[in-house]
Amino acid sequence: MQFKRLWTLFVARNREFFRDRAAFGWNFMFPFLIVAGFGIIFGGDRYTEFKVGVFPVETESVTVNMLEIPERFARTNYIQFVGFATADEAFNKLRNHKVDFLVQLGPSPHNYWLNETAPKGYILEKIFRDSLIPKELSLPVIRHEVSGREVRYIDWLFPGILAMNMMFSALWGVGYVVVRYRKNGVLKRLKATPLTALEYLSAQMLSRIFLLMFTLTVVWIGCDLIFSFHVEGSYANLALVFLFGSLSLTSLGLVLASRGTSEEFATGVLNFISWPMMFLSEVWFSLEGAPGWVRGFAEIFPLTHLLRAVRKIMNDGAGLFDVGPELMILALMTVGCLAIGASLFSWNR
Amino acid sequence: MLVEILVIGKLGNTITKTQRQKNMTPLLEVKNLTKNYGRFTAVDRVSFGIRQGTCLGLLGPNGAGKTTTIEVIEDIIPPTSGEILYRGQPRGDSYRDKIGILFQQTALLSFLTVYETMQTFKSLYHDCADMQKLIDMCQLTDFLHQYNDRISGGQRQRFMLALALINQPDLVFLDEPSTGLDPQARRNLWDIVEAIKAEGRTLVLTTHNMEEAQQLCDEIAIMDYGRVIATGTPEELIRRHCGGVTVVLPSRNLDALKFRPSDRHQLLQNRVEIMTDDLNGCVTELIAQNINLEDMTVRSPNLEDVFLKLTGRHLRE
Repeated sequence: MQFKRLWTLFVARNREFFRDRAAFGWNFMFPFLIVAGFGIIFGGDRYTEFKVGVFPVETESVTVNMLEIPERFARTNYIQFVGFATADEAFNKLRNHKVDFLVQLGPSPHNYWLNETAPKGYILEKIFRDSLIPKELSLPVIRHEVSGREVRYIDWLFPGILAMNMMFSALWGVGYVVVRYRKNGVLKRLKATPLTALEYLSAQMLSRIFLLMFTLTVVWIGCDLIFSFHVEGSYANLALVFLFGSLSLTSLGLVLASRGTSEEFATGVLNFISWPMMFLSEVWFSLEGAPGWVRGFAEIFPLTHLLRAVRKIMNDGAGLFDVGPELMILALMTVGCLAIGASLFSWNR
Repeated sequence: MLVEILVIGKLGNTITKTQRQKNMTPLLEVKNLTKNYGRFTAVDRVSFGIRQGTCLGLLGPNGAGKTTTIEVIEDIIPPTSGEILYRGQPRGDSYRDKIGILFQQTALLSFLTVYETMQTFKSLYHDCADMQKLIDMCQLTDFLHQYNDRISGGQRQRFMLALALINQPDLVFLDEPSTGLDPQARRNLWDIVEAIKAEGRTLVLTTHNMEEAQQLCDEIAIMDYGRVIATGTPEELIRRHCGGVTVVLPSRNLDALKFRPSDRHQLLQNRVEIMTDDLNGCVTELIAQNINLEDMTVRSPNLEDVFLKLTGRHLRE
């Protein structure tokens, strides 16, 4: 291996990335926009989880204290009330899941409707019926709150979005780009030089890792200025975990890039891998309570281990020793993918 | 004491006797080269040698196996069987340091200028050419700092040629270098290739352009259906396969024309071509048959005649 050749390609690839303004800009804007969007949606007090239709009301926009429905139900948090002029219009909306629950305005006894199979309707029915029971008749319960610092939803989500961006950038930035290079003859031209496959793949990988860490740092700083994320653990440990994550994801990209000249096929394979990884690695939602086989299946994705380690450090204040198993798995995945990628790699097939 | 005899070469460049003796040893030998893709044989037991300091032209119709042959020799694709010797030895790790390639179709890393791309490729080799000399020879100065995907076709081919020469190669492969170029750009490229030859480098050229082959090549190998069907210098091939001259007559009013058994002829859409070794006899016969010779032309045969004679006139694609 000649370091000069590796460095030359590293620099050339980075120049390509930084000069491609559209791709460069998108790499920063994409995670920033998602974080900003979710920050706005979940950050304020106007967030609603349920939509309840009420009728008959002349305007769609209704004021809660004007509604002739049980007061406790009207004051329940996270419910948005939507008015309908007629019952037919309201039923149509409920039937098509535009609203989760439907209440007819008027004195007791109250009429309500729901979709039998809609989970949100089921929950709202419980809330609605509970709101009709006088407080003195309620079963005795004692309310407690968790102590310690509150982990906002955006604090939980933020590392997921950064890791997801890292995953897409690693898989597409290596997997897709190398296939494109193979198709249009860039790899063939490089093969005609003394450059070895190991030097080429190492340069691709190092360049992508550098770009991933650079993007991560810029996006983190930009988002932190707006949302003031709290990191319970060490930033250095966090950076190390992200580095291991970028290594494993980039090496997975190299496996996908090792063969093939069809960009369409590469796109299909990349989608086939990246979408399940995004949904099952707890980027957007937790898999707590999901069937065992789903949680087991999620373990094959490097993103799962990366996110678990990052959230342990960021939200729980875990140290390096606590995330040792995740780091070990990411390292093993990196070695395995590199071995497969290097053995399968072809310059022109 | 070594006596050096000066020989004036074809292009006026000066070659010493020692160099001439060196030229007798093949720089590259191809022996029984075969390349199969599944059940299809793209290259079928091809053998030839290339002497140092010469230009070998590989000619052939589309799909004849030229590019496959050249890419196997370049070590881009592996052969199915056969042997390729460079300086009498199997090609080793250093082979790629010794060769330069201008591919028929290729792309380069995007968002790099011509100069940056040259610097990048320069860093991939052990020995490198003088960049300024190369820039001057290939006339790259005017677009040196433009992105490499924003230059014209002629500029691009000169640039690709410069990349092929960046490691000062002994052996240069040019795969259809002038395809798609306008006449000015083509002749400009030929001038540069002549300059490369004058430096004593060995060239392997594939082309469809017979004028290009006749102008640049010292030796020709004509391929068809994956095999080499004729080899020799352009002059030898013409003499061997298309001796004499070609008399061309417009085809109007030639219904009664009778051909002499000694002359070969072919009836084309709007003309008749008569290949003859006896021009006087042929013309005398035409006059005797009262053929109007007003629009008659006589031309010497060229490589295209050889090519068409050996590979036929039917379309391959």
